[in-house]
Amino acid sequence: MRRVVVTGLGLVTPLGADVETAWANILAAKSGAATITRFDATDFQTNYACEVKPADHEYGFDPGKRVDHKIQRQVDPFIVYGIDAAGQALEDAGLTEMSEEERLRAGCSIGAGIGGLPGIESESLVLAEKGPKRVSPHFVHGRLINLISGQVSIKYGLMGPNHAVVTACSTGAHSIGDAARMIAMDDADVMLAGGAEGAICPIGIAGFGQARALSTGFRDEPWRASRPYDKDRDGFVMGEGAGVVVLEEYERAKARGAKIYAEVIGYGLSGDAYHVTAPHPEGSGAYRSMEMAMRKSGLALSDIDYINAHGTSTPLGDELELGAVRKLFGNAIGDLSMSSTKSAIGHLLGGAGAVESIFCILAMRDQVAPPTLNLDNPSENCAGVDLVPHQAKQRPIKAVLNNSFGFGGTNASLVMRAL
Amino acid sequence: MSETADRVKKIVVEHLGVEADKVTEDASFIDDLGADSLDIVELVMAFEEEFGVEIPDDAAEKIGTVKDAINYIDEHKG
Repeated sequence: MRRVVVTGLGLVTPLGADVETAWANILAAKSGAATITRFDATDFQTNYACEVKPADHEYGFDPGKRVDHKIQRQVDPFIVYGIDAAGQALEDAGLTEMSEEERLRAGCSIGAGIGGLPGIESESLVLAEKGPKRVSPHFVHGRLINLISGQVSIKYGLMGPNHAVVTACSTGAHSIGDAARMIAMDDADVMLAGGAEGAICPIGIAGFGQARALSTGFRDEPWRASRPYDKDRDGFVMGEGAGVVVLEEYERAKARGAKIYAEVIGYGLSGDAYHVTAPHPEGSGAYRSMEMAMRKSGLALSDIDYINAHGTSTPLGDELELGAVRKLFGNAIGDLSMSSTKSAIGHLLGGAGAVESIFCILAMRDQVAPPTLNLDNPSENCAGVDLVPHQAKQRPIKAVLNNSFGFGGTNASLVMRAL
Repeated sequence: MSETADRVKKIVVEHLGVEADKVTEDASFIDDLGADSLDIVELVMAFEEEFGVEIPDDAAEKIGTVKDAINYIDEHKG
């Protein structure tokens, strides 16, 4: 089987719209949570989220950097975030100018969990108020989930596989895992893979609020709201943004002297077959996903130094994931560090697995585990596990595991190692 | 330049993201300003909203340049 490595990274997050800014803010234990600015959320179930900051902010996002003005007007924010992150990753990999022959073997697998919710909401209001002849002609292709892959392929002339995963909060991890397999199976030599989301809008907050998934109790101190594993956690904080990596066949990357961040060596996926929103009470889906990824990787359990947990800060999910990790890793759990960067940037839904895979890669590059913020009083089940509370921790990190679990009972795990 | 022309050009600049000085009266939406057929549908909608005119599909198909749009609006606005 052909080996697959990561040679480029791109991030748009609530703590920075490029890889180094976002990572520096993560390591500095900053929080991206604040009162929602996009609309007046005063009367909603919750009024805070982790928004991508505007261009004039210290670590804001300038959509004009890589996305044409016309396209910005036509498409939803998640597509803009995705195009930008994909551009960053290609630039980082030095692959913006590929030959036609190379581009025939280069593709995209950039998905989203929800897609263009803000645009669906606003155009539905246009339809109701002004009628069908006032709905934007760009309504459909400005909202569709596969339109990040579509737009990116057009912009950079990528003619290989053009795909988009839709598996709720597992999307980013599934995208990377599936794209790595496309390279391993010789469908492509280069794949842009990742996920994006931009669903901070009235119907998004109302919908997740009604599903009882969101944190609601920290209106005065939103930066304290995302607190995975802490006794006072009360739901997730919605985030937005995108993460995209360049995956490349190993021999090709080596031959061109590419900077190689990591090798993707294990991918596991499973279904809970239990409930649409609640995780399996024994964490069996999470366990099987991790077990498959580890088995495929060929590593020993004790080789894993860092786990970026799904850890959304919901009362049920965090402990079940921890229980599944404990069951799989046994005594080896005492030697690894496990944290949830959702404590800092919130839950990026379809973008989460890709953004967090990038944090895993940077953890290996810099030999540092990012912190779990707000972990003031860990739940009883957390005893004996290093959850990296409050501050980043320098430690040897050669191999990592990333977990993502989504509504519908869909689970994905990735194992990567430094070369 | 007429008031209609000013407002038409402003809409074209905003919707197509082109430099204002490229939006001459002779400029073709498709050949000179980078629009595709759906962009023209969107522009026509914006003209209808801005000027309170109705531009039926068969008339919209004949609007190829900035001047065509200005003329149609001047002839039909109330």
